[in-house]
Amino acid sequence: MSDKTTLSKADDEPPVDEMAPAAVEVVDPRLLIREEGLKGYLTEFKRKLKGGELGSLPVIVGLIIIWTVFQIKDSLFLSSTNMVNISFFLAATGMIALGLVFVLLLGEIDLSVASVSGLSASIFAIFSTTHGMNVWLALILTILTGVGIGAIHGFFFAKIGVPAFVVTLAGNLGWNGLMLWLLGSTGSLSIQDTGPMHILGQRSFFMDQDIAGAYILATVGVAALLVGSLVEQARRRKAGVPFRPTSEIALRAIALAVVAYVAAYVLNKSAGVPNALVIFLVALVICDFVLRRTTFGRKVFAVGGSIEGARRAGINVALIRIAVFAISGGFAAIGGLFLAAQTYTATLAAGSGNLLMLAIAAAVIGGTSLFGGRGNVWSALLGMLVIQSIQTGLDLLNMNTSIQYMITGAVLLAAVVIDSVSRRTQKTSGRA
Amino acid sequence: MVHVSATPVLALRGVSKRFGAVQALTDVDLEVHAGEVVALVGDNGAGKSTLVKTIAGVHPIDEGVIEWEGKAVNINRPQDAQALGIATTYQDLALCDNLDVVGNLYLGREILRVGVLDEVTMEKRARELLNTLSIRIPSVRIPIASLSGGQRQVVAIARALIGEPKVVILDEPTAALGVEQTAQVLDLVERLRERGLGVILISHNMADVTAVADTVHVLRLGRNNGSFPVKGTTNEQIVAAITGATDNAVTRRQARNVEAAK
Repeated sequence: MSDKTTLSKADDEPPVDEMAPAAVEVVDPRLLIREEGLKGYLTEFKRKLKGGELGSLPVIVGLIIIWTVFQIKDSLFLSSTNMVNISFFLAATGMIALGLVFVLLLGEIDLSVASVSGLSASIFAIFSTTHGMNVWLALILTILTGVGIGAIHGFFFAKIGVPAFVVTLAGNLGWNGLMLWLLGSTGSLSIQDTGPMHILGQRSFFMDQDIAGAYILATVGVAALLVGSLVEQARRRKAGVPFRPTSEIALRAIALAVVAYVAAYVLNKSAGVPNALVIFLVALVICDFVLRRTTFGRKVFAVGGSIEGARRAGINVALIRIAVFAISGGFAAIGGLFLAAQTYTATLAAGSGNLLMLAIAAAVIGGTSLFGGRGNVWSALLGMLVIQSIQTGLDLLNMNTSIQYMITGAVLLAAVVIDSVSRRTQKTSGRA
Repeated sequence: MVHVSATPVLALRGVSKRFGAVQALTDVDLEVHAGEVVALVGDNGAGKSTLVKTIAGVHPIDEGVIEWEGKAVNINRPQDAQALGIATTYQDLALCDNLDVVGNLYLGREILRVGVLDEVTMEKRARELLNTLSIRIPSVRIPIASLSGGQRQVVAIARALIGEPKVVILDEPTAALGVEQTAQVLDLVERLRERGLGVILISHNMADVTAVADTVHVLRLGRNNGSFPVKGTTNEQIVAAITGATDNAVTRRQARNVEAAK
């Protein structure tokens, strides 16, 4: 879906003339053809910024500012232990935000995710603790419950035509009520620190804290990007369509390598990479693949871009909507299990507080538009880095919850403002 | 000369469509043969768009029969029409602004390679298609939002051709286009005919109609009001049929006088 590829010159193309004898490659003379190599990359970057395609830039700038401020206030902030903390705690809300990205791509909202996550923790506790069910089976049933709940929301939205925010607002209250009813007699249920719940917990690290683990992960990530890009480049070159220049691929791989190895080094100084984060990253890669490389993903973007266009193209809009809300419900349930594994209890407070706002904020801060059709799953990771940094930083400074709420609210508003303004700029430069 | 087959690819027999109290179509007949360009003309509100939408499956018909290659078929959903081989370009284009040109061209019928979107093949074929149609757009990888109205129109027409249809419906394809783009679209219509496709062309522009159409089919107030071969029919006759100038007090009186004279 990237338009960063260069246009090869017209005379590189084999002339294609099956139907019309006079057909030649027509290049619009007004088209700004990108220069080859690094210089072209930079001019393209500047042009995009001016056009309002900010992408991940505001997040990265924001993250640098946040980290600098907290580091000045408390020298422990950038320490390895704290970074391990941030990377562990961001996974839970990140999972919920990941499901929300799908909904936001449709231009809709799911306000029930926090309640569904709380409900899922108590359902899992009832299955595994009260009834002594196999933990893996309980896990699968819990996630399926989340998927089912999401599908119900999707049904009311897509088939009955109730606005999504009303359906999910009702769900927010209803599922929270169900959770309170389920936990009613006991108030809270403990969850055993075994099997999958141990893996999601705070004391579980990739390859058992082996120092090689983090580096293996970093290497796999960089290698995958490099090999994937080069294979794609070769295929495109062979097919005679524009391809990414090698210098750009190298630049991207180096950028990812720097980030990945520095992160690995920092996390290794303490305990290594939490397994919860690894699972979150794997989920991100899978979802990114689904959204960008499958027909389902293409349909989600199409419905988010133009419902009528999607319908006329033969896409079953209602089915896509139901599926997307089911995905959101499923990830909310998974996020609930991650949260439950932080304390090994299902409590009455699960899913309350600012969890919903944090998840929405994460997706939007990361760059997924509230207006639908634009965004990617990595915004869940980037947004959560910002959100979790703020949370952890304020905790370190012993700030009151009241202050935390106000700051998170302000950050969410700032993110939406950036989204709206960049959308307006994109409109004036003809890109939205 | 282009061969026109005996059995029409698509035939409408006595089709009617109501919207509440409005009788949009009454007893409309229409035949499209392979390798034939049928121009559908009529004033605003004559029912052209409604007729096209019934063929495309947007509005199911209330009465009448739609025949496809001689057999009666039901078209209740856009997918039904697509499956038969009817491709439609609507006046409002209905493109997804956020998807790029390739994404829009192949929306709903993506090319897959081991279950995964085959972007390279799609992009290659999209470029080939656009080149053969001499369509000028900056890049096949820019979002539709960046294109001008005329460029969007040609993308929408190109999109109708992706699924190898047998009948192509073009709803006002030249309405928003400049001189050169209009000529390109008309060239394109002729190329479709050469390929043996049936084309239904809706247009208000008589010059366009007489330039490319084989048959002109006139709708007036939701009813058939004549079908003329373009050769041997003057613009005035067509315009008269569109406006109903052939059916008024003067002509009726003349007809009576002729009969009385016999």
